[in-house]
Amino acid sequence: MSLKVQNNKAWFLVLPVLVLVMFSAVIPLMTVVNYAFNDTFGNNQFFWNGLGWFEEMVQSERLHAALGRQVLFTGIILLVEVPLGIFVALNMPKKGFWASLCLVLMSLPLLIPFNVVGTIWQIFCRVDIGLLGRAAAALGIDYNYTSDAFDAWVTLIIMDVWHWTSLVALLCYAGLQSIPQAYYHAARIDQSTRWNTFRYIELPKISGVLLIAILLRFIDSFMIYTEPFVVTGGGPGNATTFLSIDLVKMAIGQFDLGPAAAFSLMYFLVILLVSWVFYTVMVTRDAEQDR
Amino acid sequence: MAWTFPVALFFFLIVALLVVFSLLAIRFPETPRRGALGIQTTRGDRLFITLVGSAFINMGWLYFFGAPLTGALVVSALYGLVVFRWV
Repeated sequence: MSLKVQNNKAWFLVLPVLVLVMFSAVIPLMTVVNYAFNDTFGNNQFFWNGLGWFEEMVQSERLHAALGRQVLFTGIILLVEVPLGIFVALNMPKKGFWASLCLVLMSLPLLIPFNVVGTIWQIFCRVDIGLLGRAAAALGIDYNYTSDAFDAWVTLIIMDVWHWTSLVALLCYAGLQSIPQAYYHAARIDQSTRWNTFRYIELPKISGVLLIAILLRFIDSFMIYTEPFVVTGGGPGNATTFLSIDLVKMAIGQFDLGPAAAFSLMYFLVILLVSWVFYTVMVTRDAEQDR
Repeated sequence: MAWTFPVALFFFLIVALLVVFSLLAIRFPETPRRGALGIQTTRGDRLFITLVGSAFINMGWLYFFGAPLTGALVVSALYGLVVFRWV
C-alpha cells in the first residue's frame, strides 16, 4: 500500500471514452429508467406511473421464479466448469506439438457464435435426427429435452460446459505456465503429495486468473440468453426461462415495457453489485501481494 | 419518448455528484483508507458503495413495506453517513 498522495488529474484523459460511453450506454440506460416510471399504450404517449412497476416487479412470483432458476443455473455452471477447467489445465501437455494442438482444439468452442452453439446442440440432441438424442434412445434412456424439464436442464448445462469450460481451462493453463520450475523442484525435494503441490503451489499461483475466470463465467451465465433461447426457448413450460429470457418475453413478447424496464434495472443492480465485489476482491488481492 | 422531470432530476443529481467528487479529488487529493470492510476506499468508492447500497435498500423497502419510499430515503441517508464515516 502506498501512502503517497495521488495526483488525479490524469483521470481527465478518460473523458473522450466517457463521451462515447454516454452514447452507447448511459443515454440508453436513461431511456430504460424513464420507461420504468411510465406507462404507455403506444403512439408515443406516456403516463406517469411512479413506483408502480417496481412494486409490481419486486413482489412478482414470476420474477422470483426466474431469479431462482437463474441462480441455480449459474451456481451449477460455476460448480462444474471451475473445477473441471482447473482439472483440464493441470492435465494439458506443457510444451511441444500436443500442447499447441490442445490449445487450438480447446479454443474452437470459444470461437463459435452463441446462436450457432445453440443450433448445434438443438440438432445434436434431437431424438429423431440428433446423434446424441438417437444414441440415448438406442441405449434405452428416456431422454427428450423438449418435453422433460430435467432433460432440458441437463442439455443446457452440458452445452454451456462444452462451450465455456475451455475459457477457464485456458486461463488456468496460462497461470500454471508462469510457475517457475524451481517451485516444483522444491516440492519434490520435500516429497510433497500431488494434492499438496496443487493446494500450496499451483492454486495460490493461479488464483488471480481463476478469479477473473470465475467473474467472466458468472457474468456470462447470469446473463445467458441466446443458447437457451435457441435450444429450449425457455421451455418446457417455464422450466428454463432464465432472467434474460423472461425479460425479453415481457418486453418484446407482451410489450410490457414499463415492468420490463423496472425488471431490467433490478437485474442490472444485481450484476453491478456482484461484479463490484469480484473487482474489489481482485484489486485488494493484488495490492496485498505488492506489499 | 416523453422524458419526465423526476427521471431527469435523478440523473442530474448523479452527474452533479460525479462532478463534485471529481473536483474534490483534484482539489483535495487523498490517500485511500482501510475501513470497516477491510478494503481500501477513496471518497469516490464510498460514494459508489453508498449509491448501490441505497438502491438495494430502496428495493428491500419496496418488497417489505411498499411505496412510499420516504422511510427508505431516511435509511439510505443514514447508511450513506455510516459508509462515509467508517468504510
